[in-house]
Amino acid sequence: MDLYKKTAHELSSLLQKREVSSEELTRSVLDRINKVEEKVKAFVTVTGEQALEQAREIDEKRARGEAMSPLAGIPMAMKDNICTKGVTTTCASKILYNFVPPYNATVTEKLLEAGTILLGKCNMDEFAMGSSNENSGFFPTRNPHDLSAVPGGSSGGAAAAVAADEAVFTLGSDTGGSIRQPAAFCGVVGLKPTYGYVPRYGLIAYASSLDQIGPLTKDITDCALVLNVIAGHDPKDSTSAPVEVPDFTRYLVDDVKGLKIGIPKEYMGEGIDPRIAAYLKQAAAKLEELGAVCEEVSLPHTEYALPAYYIIASAEASSNLARYDGVRYGLRVEAEDVISMFCKTRSQGFGEEVKRRIMLGTYALSSGYYDAYYLKALKVRTLIKRDFDQAFLKYDCLLTPTSPTTAFKFGEKVNDPLAMYLSDVCTIPINLAGVPGLSLPFGTVEGLPVGIQFIGKPFGEGTLLRVGYALEQNTDLTKPKAQMEGVI
Amino acid sequence: MSAQYEVVIGLEVHAELKTDTKIFCSCPTEFGGEENTHVCPVCLGLPGVLPVLNKKVLEYAVRAGLALNCEIASFSKFDRKNYFYPDLPKAYQISQYDLPICKKGYLEIEVNGRKKTIGITRVHMEEDAGKLVHGGATIATSRYSLVDYNRTGVPLIEIVSEPDMRSAEEARAYMEKLKAILEYTGVSDVRMEQGSLRCDANISLRPMGAKEFGTKTEIKNLNSFRALQKAIEYEIERQRDILEEGGKIIQETRSWDEGKGVTVSLRSKEEAHDYRYFPDPDLVPVVIDPQWVQEIRDSLPELPDAKRERLVQEMGLSEYDAGIITGSRALADFFDQVVAEYNEPKTVANWIMGEFLRLLNANNLEVAESKVKPRSLAALLKAQAEGTISGKMAKTVFEEMFETGKEPETIIKEKGMVQISDEGALAAVVEKVIAANPQSVEDYKAGKEKAIGFLVGQVMKETKGQANPGLVNKLLKDKLG
Ligand SMILES: [Zn+2]
Repeated sequence: MDLYKKTAHELSSLLQKREVSSEELTRSVLDRINKVEEKVKAFVTVTGEQALEQAREIDEKRARGEAMSPLAGIPMAMKDNICTKGVTTTCASKILYNFVPPYNATVTEKLLEAGTILLGKCNMDEFAMGSSNENSGFFPTRNPHDLSAVPGGSSGGAAAAVAADEAVFTLGSDTGGSIRQPAAFCGVVGLKPTYGYVPRYGLIAYASSLDQIGPLTKDITDCALVLNVIAGHDPKDSTSAPVEVPDFTRYLVDDVKGLKIGIPKEYMGEGIDPRIAAYLKQAAAKLEELGAVCEEVSLPHTEYALPAYYIIASAEASSNLARYDGVRYGLRVEAEDVISMFCKTRSQGFGEEVKRRIMLGTYALSSGYYDAYYLKALKVRTLIKRDFDQAFLKYDCLLTPTSPTTAFKFGEKVNDPLAMYLSDVCTIPINLAGVPGLSLPFGTVEGLPVGIQFIGKPFGEGTLLRVGYALEQNTDLTKPKAQMEGVI
Repeated sequence: MSAQYEVVIGLEVHAELKTDTKIFCSCPTEFGGEENTHVCPVCLGLPGVLPVLNKKVLEYAVRAGLALNCEIASFSKFDRKNYFYPDLPKAYQISQYDLPICKKGYLEIEVNGRKKTIGITRVHMEEDAGKLVHGGATIATSRYSLVDYNRTGVPLIEIVSEPDMRSAEEARAYMEKLKAILEYTGVSDVRMEQGSLRCDANISLRPMGAKEFGTKTEIKNLNSFRALQKAIEYEIERQRDILEEGGKIIQETRSWDEGKGVTVSLRSKEEAHDYRYFPDPDLVPVVIDPQWVQEIRDSLPELPDAKRERLVQEMGLSEYDAGIITGSRALADFFDQVVAEYNEPKTVANWIMGEFLRLLNANNLEVAESKVKPRSLAALLKAQAEGTISGKMAKTVFEEMFETGKEPETIIKEKGMVQISDEGALAAVVEKVIAANPQSVEDYKAGKEKAIGFLVGQVMKETKGQANPGLVNKLLKDKLG
């Protein structure tokens, strides 16, 4: 029985029926990591011993008949920008190579309370800046479907870990598409929740007003189960929404009758691989067949999202990353005075892409340029939000490609930052608007998975899970996994 | 000050708020404590942590704003002020930039009997930074420096005045009034020597009658009224000398060297920071319910100006006396408490402004640190009024009360200071004094009223001050005529 291959909900029922123990399951996944990690390189830290110990504790609790959450005993991993008490949290950056947080992120706390088993921390683009995982300060992660292709970014490690069965599920973070684009590239389910739905406390900030933690899972049901644990108000996060969280599993119904789905034409034009566009139309046809109504809609300000995003995200990043100065923790490069120490530490500690964005953000915020760049970007952001508000007056959700292309090859875009930035063009507007977005695998092109994206109203995660579930139930295209055999 | 220039002064005052916990976390704000013990991941700005506003800070800022006649913003927000310094853990300070919590206020000062209204541009909330502890004597000679983050995240309000002051005296009067108001409202300890009240002064000169401001300099961190006044006086002279020689003032930050009595340049504007302010995305905007503001307004205590008015109108004190007594809440409260037990406001005021303040100043103590309780002073004054002790004795007793904190009754008993009010016992002394001073007796009989005072004095001397002066007076007058 290859336990590691199974979904969380399958494993949950096995654990509840006591057909397997969490220790067995954890061992199975750790063995899988041992076997494939050399090729995939999804992890920066594996905490095998601690995981087994945790699993044994859960097994004991279960043996005592204690009440257990559905995810109790399930091995998972987290992107390395989510703080884990006592476990190194590096953001895949040299500047934080030795940082061990003395606290847990709220999501870490919630998952541990639910009894999930922490296997380790996943590789990422440094400080979540990047679309390919080539910007990791340590090493790149590879796409389990094709080792010469990137896994996407910046949650590339987290997506690859799920795709390669090195974790049953993982948590990533999404600032401009960092969960959904790697989910699409690796053929897994990825959800960026509504801004404020999942607490950010303990998520090492890239761009505070855009960052959101979300799950990467093997299917929609798992996505609902993880969301059930991590969503909800957090008094430690003033931007966390004080709203009630439903049981998301009640949206897992095979029914989309009467649902109105808009397909924004701006996401279907130039730059989108026609084979991906074809899959999207196929998905729409399937949903119509199931009783939904699909129509073309326009989000006229879409083309301004990318520049606005890079101004806002870089501006916030320039400030958020200023604390890495060598004074208190992380890397310190010795120098004769404090200013030189700051400079040398930051020069040697940060990678190219991070420096590029810090400089861009510093420039955009500086006096004399603020109005022309930052303020203007905020205005664009308002217009983009309004586009979505308008669309949601008529539609329950929107359907777009997750990424214009499938996973590209290593090195293909690394010397052309602008081309790299374009790979997030379909996901970025969603972060600017703060609405939720779900990437669902839907077919493959030349052996590489394709992702389609559903965009929801604020706190409309339920609808996204409902359409995703309906598609899962009615087509095999949502399971691109079989293609992976033989690669790793 | 030469006649052809007018001085323009504006003050920026930082006051530490008297909350139990810090502005964005629940660490204690308590002064002192071992280095880096009042800290947590949030105030240390560790990766991933988020600030959450302490509602008490907001309440205190609103309270101060109301006491300073400000408009309270219904919508306000926090911004980040970005700069690198080792004592600033996030490399930005959370402050308020374009939408402060309070604006457009004023307070009234009085200098040389002339009243004047000084505008308050704004009051905003911000967090304090940490403190550098240098390994050597000075920053330049230190091989290393350590940082104490206990102060990091202590809540401050910054109160920015309009450039309405025209002399060092006015600046000092403004600062004194501001200190009193903050003390009355209970939002701050206002201890300048502990740094809970700090002041920066902006000073410029312009030709008399000119509308435009001259180039200003800013003097940082003035931490006593004396330093404030001396530094401004010095800076006015320095700028005037430069202008009169045809020179130009350089816009710069200066500091006050107390020892040398001069201001010295810290940095010029060319090196000044670009703080790159922008709204802090980790904190939601502050939206204020007018009902809540009204509740705070209703809870404000009687403020110094109103209290002074009352002391003049209802208690018959002079403007001057009332001004001094209401200059600090602790003193005014002390006064009120004595009067509550001994309802002779003028006598009480005389004692407070005379003996009490004299001893406090001589011992460099705050009212709160005094061992004399209001009830004890009232008891002393009663004893004097009842004739148990003389006025002179009362002063001696008070000095001991001040030193030891003993009750007046105890001291009077211990010293055997009871006044002699026995006519029989005094009559003999009176006889003796009359016999010994024939000239004064003559003078008195010739109509010189003053002579009786001398004779009373002699009796007091004979009895070592213990005779009841009223009785002595009466006995003398009876005898002489
Ligand atoms: Zn703290």
